[in-house]
Amino acid sequence: MDYQELVLESFTTLTLNKVRTGLAMLGVIIGIGSVITLVSLGQASQHSIENQIKSLGSNLLTITPGAQKNGGISGASGGITTLTYNDAEAIKNSPEISTVKSVSAEYSSRTQVVAGRNNTNTQVSGITPEYAAIRNITLSNGSFVSKAHLAGMSKVAILGSQTSEDLFGKDVSPIGKTIRINGISFNVIGLMESKGGSGPMNQDDKVFVPLTTAQKLLFGVNYVNSIYVEAVSENAMSRARDEIGYFLLARHKIKDPAQADFSIMSQEDILGAAAQVTGTFTILLSGIAAISLIVGGIGIMNIMLVTVTERTHEIGLRKALGAKKKIITLQFLFEAIIITFVGGIIGIILGIGTSFILSRSINLPFAFSLPSILLAFGVSAAIGILFGWYPAQKAANLQPIDALRYE
Amino acid sequence: MIKVSHISKIYKTGEVEVAALDDVSFEIKKGEFAAIMGPSGSGKSTLMHILGALDIPTKGEYWLDGKLIDNLDDDELAGIRNKNIGFVFQAYNLLPRTSALKNVTIPMMYGDISKEKRLEKAKKYLQMVGLGDRLEHTPAQLSGGQKQRVAIARALTMNPNIILADEPTGNIATKQAIEVMKIFDDLNKEGHTILVITHENEIAECGKRIIYLRDGKLVEDKINKRRREFAKITL
Repeated sequence: MDYQELVLESFTTLTLNKVRTGLAMLGVIIGIGSVITLVSLGQASQHSIENQIKSLGSNLLTITPGAQKNGGISGASGGITTLTYNDAEAIKNSPEISTVKSVSAEYSSRTQVVAGRNNTNTQVSGITPEYAAIRNITLSNGSFVSKAHLAGMSKVAILGSQTSEDLFGKDVSPIGKTIRINGISFNVIGLMESKGGSGPMNQDDKVFVPLTTAQKLLFGVNYVNSIYVEAVSENAMSRARDEIGYFLLARHKIKDPAQADFSIMSQEDILGAAAQVTGTFTILLSGIAAISLIVGGIGIMNIMLVTVTERTHEIGLRKALGAKKKIITLQFLFEAIIITFVGGIIGIILGIGTSFILSRSINLPFAFSLPSILLAFGVSAAIGILFGWYPAQKAANLQPIDALRYE
Repeated sequence: MIKVSHISKIYKTGEVEVAALDDVSFEIKKGEFAAIMGPSGSGKSTLMHILGALDIPTKGEYWLDGKLIDNLDDDELAGIRNKNIGFVFQAYNLLPRTSALKNVTIPMMYGDISKEKRLEKAKKYLQMVGLGDRLEHTPAQLSGGQKQRVAIARALTMNPNIILADEPTGNIATKQAIEVMKIFDDLNKEGHTILVITHENEIAECGKRIIYLRDGKLVEDKINKRRREFAKITL
C-alpha cells in the first residue's frame, strides 16, 4: 500500500462525512484567511504611510521647536515658541551654512473657514514661497504665494482640493472667489492638485496663506511651528543637519547641545518612527490571527479525536485484517493534513480576496506578500501534523480485539 | 497447521483472577473442517481471538504453520492476521458506506498486492460466493446472508492457511445460514482448512470434527459421525 493510495483512502473517508470535514476545515480557513488579510492590510498601511512621507520631499530636514529644559523642568513640546521666521531667514543667509538649497517656515493652526453659506474647519497654514518646491506642492490652477504677498501681508489663499470642494462644491473653480478666515476676507488665487489621502492627515484639506498674514492678521503670533530646509543633495543631509544645529545653538545662545530648544528630523527619522509604529501594529494583528490559527488547529484535533472514538470499530477491523500501526497512523494523519491543506488553500484565496476588497474600500494600496502566504501555509501544514499526530497515535495503539468489541 | 499446547488466558479483575481458557491443547491439520462448540462463557471467543492472532495467551504455546505466535509484536501479529488467517465475524464487520468490491480488497491492500490484481481477485471471489451482480452494493443494501458472503470472499483473498469463522450464522436467517455453511463446506472440499466457532448444535454438526469447551476447559474432541450432507438439505 503506497502513500498515494493512503492519501486517496483518507480523502475518501473525509468525503464520507462532509459536514464534519467542512466544520474542521472552517477553523483553518478562518485562521489562515485572517492571517493573510491582517498581514497584508498591515503591510499595505505601512506602504501607504511610507509613500505619503516620501511624497513630502526627500533631502528635507524639518526643524521643530523643542522643549527647552529650565533647571530640569521641561515644558510641553509643540506649544513652544522658540523658532521664528528670523531663524529661517538667518539659516538661508548665513555664510557658515553651505549645504542648504532653500528654506521655508510654516505656522499652521486649525480654524473655521467660511465661503458664502458653506463653512469648514480646516488647517490654515502660513507659509513662504519656497514651501511649494520644498514640500512638492503642485497647483492644478492659479498661482502660489509670492514674495510680494509675503512682504505685503496680502490676504490671498490657496485651497486644497478637498477644502475647495467643501466650500464651493465639486468641479467648481474657486479662483477669484472670496473666503473668510477668522472674519477676514481672503482672495483665492490658487487650487492645489489632489495628493490623495484621508483622515486627519489629509493633505488635500488645507488652506495656504502667506506666513506674515497668518502670524500678524489671523493668529497674532510671532513664532513658527516648523522650519523646512532642503539640502543641496541627499549626501549633504548629515552635514546640513550639523551645520544648522550648531548655527541655531549659537544663535539661541545655548552652550550644551542637550539643552537645545529645537530638534532637527530628516524624512528618514520620520519614516523610521512611522515604520516602527506600523510594524508593531502588523505584529499585533498577526498575533491575533495566529491565535485563531491555533484555535483552528485545536478544532481539528478535537474532531479527529471524536473521529477516532467513533471509528474505533473500523480501526479494530482494519487492524484485524492486517493493517500495521504505521498504516493506521498515516491514514489518520493524512486526514488531518488534507483538512489543513485544503482549508489552507481556501483560506489563502479568501484572505487575498478579503484584503483586496478591504484595501480597495479604505483606499489603501493592495499589498500581496508571498512570504506571509507561504508562512501561513507552512504553519497550517504544521498544525495538521501537530494536532493530527496525537489522535493518529491513539488510533494506531488501539488493540484490535478491544476495538472490535467496541460498539 | 495449528497446534495449541497448554494455553491459558487469565483475566484479572481487581483481586480476582478469572481463567477464560484453562490448559487447552489440540491440533488442527490442513484440510480439516472443525467446529468449536460451547455455551456462552465457555471461553470459545477467547480461543478464537488467540487462534486469530488478535490476542496472545497468558500461558502455553500457539504454533501456526510451524511458527510460534506468542512472542510476536503488534505489527508482526498484524502480518500473520493478514496473510495466514481469514476472518469471518458474527457481525460481518464490513466497512459501512463502502462497496462490496472495495470491502473485499482491503486485506489485499494491506498485503501489498497491486491494484489491478486486487480488483480482479475481489471480483473472482465475490462471483464465487454468488454476489457477482452486487459488486457495487454497500453493506446497507445487502441482506445478512449476503453480507456474510462478502465477508467470506474477503477472508479468502489472501489465500490464508485457515479460515476462522466466529458464529458466522449468528445474525442471519436459517435459510441463508445453510447457504453460508454450504459455502464453507465447498471451500473445505477445495482443500481449505476451516474452523467454525458456534454455540448452535446444528451449525457445529456441519463440521467433520467437533471440539467441546466448557468453563475454559476442553471437555471433548470427537469426529462428527452425524455430519449433515449439504446436498440433501432442502428447506
